This record gives sequence, C-alpha cells and structure tokens, in this order.
Amino acid sequence: MAQEAGMFMVNQTVGSVLCCKCGIPMAPNAANMCVRCLRSEVDITEGLQKHVIIIHCPECDSYLQPPRTWIKAQLESKELLTFCVKRLKNLNKVRLVHAEFIWTEPHSKRIKIKLKVQKEVLNGAVLEQSYVVEFVQQEHMCESCMRVQANPDQWVAAVQLRQHVSHRRTFFYLEQMILKHGTAATAIKIKQMDQGIDFFFSNRSHGVKFVEFIGKVAPVRSRHDKQLVSHDPKSNNYNYKYTFSVEISPICREDLICLPPKVAVSLGNLGPLVICTKVTNSIALLDPFTLRHCFLDADQYWRVSFKSLLTSRQLVEYIVLDVEIVKPEVNVGGYTLADAQVARLSDFGKNDTIFSIRTHLGHRLNPGDHALGYDLYATNSNDMELEKYKGLVLPDAILVKKSYEEKRQRKRGKHRSWKLKSLNMEVDDKGKGEQEKMNSEYEQFLKDLEENPDMRFNISLYRNKEHQPSEVASMTDGEDLPSIPLEEMLADLDISEDEDGDSNMV
Amino acid sequence: MAVRLQFENCCEVGVFSKLTNGYCLVAIGGSENFYSAFESELADVIPVVKTSIAGTRIIGRLCAGNKKGLVVPHNTTDQELQHLRNSLPDQVVVQRIEERLSALGNCIACNDHVALTHTDLDKETEEIIADVLGVEVFRQTIAGNILVGSYCAFSNTGGLVHPHTSVEDLDELSTLLQVPLVAGTVNRGSEVIAAGITVNDWTAFCGSDTTATELSVIDSVFKLRKAQPSAIVDEMRKSLIDSYV
Repeated sequence: MAQEAGMFMVNQTVGSVLCCKCGIPMAPNAANMCVRCLRSEVDITEGLQKHVIIIHCPECDSYLQPPRTWIKAQLESKELLTFCVKRLKNLNKVRLVHAEFIWTEPHSKRIKIKLKVQKEVLNGAVLEQSYVVEFVQQEHMCESCMRVQANPDQWVAAVQLRQHVSHRRTFFYLEQMILKHGTAATAIKIKQMDQGIDFFFSNRSHGVKFVEFIGKVAPVRSRHDKQLVSHDPKSNNYNYKYTFSVEISPICREDLICLPPKVAVSLGNLGPLVICTKVTNSIALLDPFTLRHCFLDADQYWRVSFKSLLTSRQLVEYIVLDVEIVKPEVNVGGYTLADAQVARLSDFGKNDTIFSIRTHLGHRLNPGDHALGYDLYATNSNDMELEKYKGLVLPDAILVKKSYEEKRQRKRGKHRSWKLKSLNMEVDDKGKGEQEKMNSEYEQFLKDLEENPDMRFNISLYRNKEHQPSEVASMTDGEDLPSIPLEEMLADLDISEDEDGDSNMV
Repeated sequence: MAVRLQFENCCEVGVFSKLTNGYCLVAIGGSENFYSAFESELADVIPVVKTSIAGTRIIGRLCAGNKKGLVVPHNTTDQELQHLRNSLPDQVVVQRIEERLSALGNCIACNDHVALTHTDLDKETEEIIADVLGVEVFRQTIAGNILVGSYCAFSNTGGLVHPHTSVEDLDELSTLLQVPLVAGTVNRGSEVIAAGITVNDWTAFCGSDTTATELSVIDSVFKLRKAQPSAIVDEMRKSLIDSYV
C-alpha cells in the first residue's frame, strides 16, 4: 500500500540469529530456537495416549464404541481408522494432520496407527511430530453374538408372567408392547405356558429390567426368589438362579365388575356395577349408569384384589330396538346416557322378550344396531361381593360395546391389510382344540385392535404385502366398519436377495 | 565475561537494575544476593546504589541514564531524588522529567554518546535528554517495536537488538550508534533484550536462563573478554598518543 502511494520502502531482509541452545545460525522464530532443539525441549505428544485397549467381537468382527454401539469394520479400513482415532483421548489439544495404519499381523491382536500432530509451543511456534499408537484388541463377544451363542438352558433369571383368566388376550397385547419397546431382546428363551409366558434371561439385571417394564404397562404384583446353585466360600462367591413371579390382575378390558363395598365407598360410592374400560398400569372403571370414571392403580387394586363378575367371553349379542337419549348435552368422556329397548339376538323371532335398559352408549347406538352386553337377566351369578349388597336391583342387561359381527361376516375370508409381528415363543404341543381356541382368541384380539384406536397407540402395525384390496368389498362395506388407516402402519423392512430391486423396500 | 544472576527467582535482571559506566542502581530486594553480585563485581570502580523509583522495584524500566546523567520519571518522590543525588558522584546530573510516558527505561536506550527514543516522546523531553545525558537523540523503532528501551541494549562498544531486526535496520542502527550491533536473544530465546541484560563498557549482567550460546554472543559483541576498567583507559591513551603522534 505504501508502495502504491509512492512512498520509499526499505527492503527488509530477514537476518539470522543463533539458536539459543545449540548456536547454529537460523531464521528468527517465536521461540528463537532451532527446530531440532525445540523438539528436544518439548514433546507435543506428551499426555497423548500411545497405548489403547479396544474391545473386539471375534464373531462379527466389530468393535465396541462405548457405551454400547458396535461398529463393523475391516482391518485397515477407513471406518476402523476413524474409530481408532476417535478412541484417543486428549487429541483435541493438538491438531491432527495425518493418520495411517502400520501393517501388523492380524493374529497379533494389535493395531498400530501412525499419527502426525501439530501443536503451538513456546509463544507461537508450531511444531509437527509423528508418533505411533498401539491398539490392543481385547476379544469380547457383542451382545447379539452372545445371544446367538448362549445356551437357552443356562438361564440365571426367569420371569414368570401369569394372569389367571380363561383367555390370552392380555398376553397378545403385552407381546406387541414388548415387541414395540424391544424389552425382551435380552431374553435367551421365551416359553408359552398355561395362563402365561415365561421369559428366561442370562443376567439378573435383564430380568429386573423386564419386570420393571411390565410393571409400567400392566397392573401387576411381583415377588422374587433365589435359589443357591453353587458357592465358593473362599472367595465369597455365590451363584444364584433368580425367579420373578409376576401376576397380572385378572381384570380385563370390558369386564363387568361388582366392586366390594369398601372400594365402592372409597371411590365415592361408585357403582357397585362398573365396566372396566381400559387397563394400563392402572385400571379405568366406568359406571355405566352415571358415566362416572375412576382410576385404580396397581397398588390400590392389589390391596383388595377383587375379581370380575362377568368377563368378555360371556358377552351376549343384542339387537337394539329403540334408543332415547336422556340428556343430549351431557357427554362425559365420549359417552352419552340413553334409555334403550333391546332384545337378545337369540330370542329374536322366537319370543317377545324385550328389555328396557339404561346404557352409556347412547352416542353410538341406533335402532337396528347390534350390540354386545352382559345378560344379567339370565345369568346365575354367585359372586360374593354381589351378595353383600342387599336390596341392589340388578338391571336386565348392561351393554358394553357396539357389535360389528354382522358386517364383518360379509367380509369373511379376506386378508387384513395389516399384520403384527410376534415374539419367537416356544410352545408345547397341545391338542387341536386348544390351538383353535388360541386362533379364535387371536382373531378377536385383531378385531379389538381395529375397533379401538387407543389400543393401537402402543403397538407397531405393519403393512401386509399379500393384501389386495378388492373394489367389490369396498363398495359393499358399510362405512361403519372400523379399519386401520394406512398412515398408522409401518413399512416392514425386509431385504431380499434377488436382483430385481423392486422388492427391496416394501 | 558476563555474569549470570537472578533477582528473587526472576531472570529479568535488567528490570531490577540499571548499569552505566559511572554508577549502578540496584532495586531493594528481599535478599542481599542480587546486590552483592553487583557489589563484588563493581565495588572498587563505581558506586552501587540501592534505591527505589516511584516506590517500585522496577527501576531499570523507569529510569534511563549514562555516566553523565540520569533521568527519572515525574512520579519519583522527593526523598528518592534526594537519595539518588546524595549517592551518585557529583558529576552525574539527576533530572526528573515531566513526561506522560513514565517508563523512561522502556522508551529510551542510550550509551554515553547516542540515545534512541520512543517516537512519541515530547519535544521538551527530547531536549532535556540531550542536555542531561549529553547525547544525540534519535527517534527510532526496533524491528517494528516502538519500545526501543526494551528491545535493545548497547554500550559504547557494541549492542544487542531484537532477533527479528532485519539486516537493513541493523545497518541503519549501527550507523546511527557508531557501534557494531547484532540481533540476538537472552534468557533462552527471550526477545525482550533489555529486560534480560544490563550492560556497560566492561561488564554485563544477564538472567540466569541465558544459555552458553547467548552468553558467547553477548561477550563477543560487547567485547567483554579482555574488558577491564583499565583496558579502556589504555586504549584511550593509545588513541590519544596516536593522535598526538
């Protein structure tokens, strides 16, 4: 700039000074020391790791990126170099310029990397230095390989999940929850048992974690025991097998319950006849005559542990003859109180038995609809709790839900447009009747899923490839028939071997 | 041969002392070691005076002087000024300067004939320096640094300047000063020359970090090998006789 302005500039020649240590002439620098002396004075690789231990899975040839990620990498690959450099601590204090592998024998379980680093030393001089880091591979199987290799009979913790009811609906639902959250990924064996499922784990903590998960999704009570397998008194080692017994409350969704007097009073004179509308880690109860809602958590439930009066298997189909809404403006929790005249479907056309009842389904029922309900008129219950209420007038019927059976019959034999995954469960061979009963229960569970959007909330649904929608069906289908919208489904990732390429992603 | 020493574990000896051909000022320290190092070297030739300036110990950076005079900054107390006048030889003029830049040692570098000064010193200050120290004054920079007093040290026989000084600057400066100059370092590569060394015509004191290489540079440029107070007189006599003959 000064030259452009026509000013005279003195030519500046860089002089030389003597290195302050060895005395050789050199260009002046920030430390006024020659490079060789500077190197001997300061070691910029001081404090950097030269020896690192990395965990390697010999089965799948992957490396552990703490805390729990496993990275697949070939020897001398770019990925391995990145992984190794990332494992070095304090490397941010210097500037990494170059990194390369030094060849080592694969059997030596050593990986050597040559690094070149730069760092500013002694008031502004930048020094470059290369050094070798040795990584020692420690062999340790990764979790997935361990699971493959594990002997399923060598379990340490067993979780026995039980529900003492006559159907398996709860377990179908729990299976989907477990799949969605991946909580049984650590299980080495899953076995279907009578009235429940057994889960086996190779580690106590896995079992504890699983029990905790179940406690969050279902009203359970659990107890645990341990059995001494062996012990070494010299080193104070004890080897136990742990068993967790987890009992799920027998109250299920849509069950009719007669609350014990104490509970009814504590819930503010609810009921005593109530319907269970939802079961999570607490139980939601609905009084169908007042539309009052109550929640009972697992603790409160197990203190009294009542049973249900009638369960959903005892539902009877009714036909609705007339509905008259009591107060159209009163709508509590999506329910509307109505007076209805219903007749049993089995009586229809045989006699003139008609029940005038009060129902909470006023918003959904129309004359001519089918509905499922409990036939208290015909049942002969010998429930202890019911007998405690003197002077309680039982209604003839309590409707629980609208029935789509009639409409579904038209659609019989078709595939659903969606499917569910299932746990890899061991099943003991059973009779044919048993199997059929299971299948029909599963079918019932799938129908429930279609009808209840809030049940689907915690479940992953997958698109069924084999499903082909037919125009005929969609025309004849009533708009009423509940189905699952496409956007709720997940695509099931399966990578096929064939080269067509069009079916790689579904 | 230059003497290596330190002031209370600090190698910047030029900060705590001021050495000229006529006298030596030393800071008042916690221990006598620093003072006695000067005393043993100089006692029978020139007075070694313990003093503070403006209540501080960094006297080397606050005052500037040669055998003819001493200039001290405006914040020097009257007692200190009186003490200096009493202790220094009668022919040395001690003058307090009313100058904004009070660290005169950083702004002025001088021997008995020439002074280099900071470019922003007042005109009056420049005149006082010329009068009191009996020198020619040049406003200069050294390797782009305006604090000439910090980045160079020179006597009547030679001088050491900032290591980044270019060859051209070195030529120009040595022409001005009429002494040989060399770019170098003290205290193991430190470029703040005047803080690490204090020098007169026959002896030098430098920080104890100074390496053998630096020491040999200092010895050769300040010609300290055969330097004795008497050697100078011999040399002067020789030149006198030369001129007489």
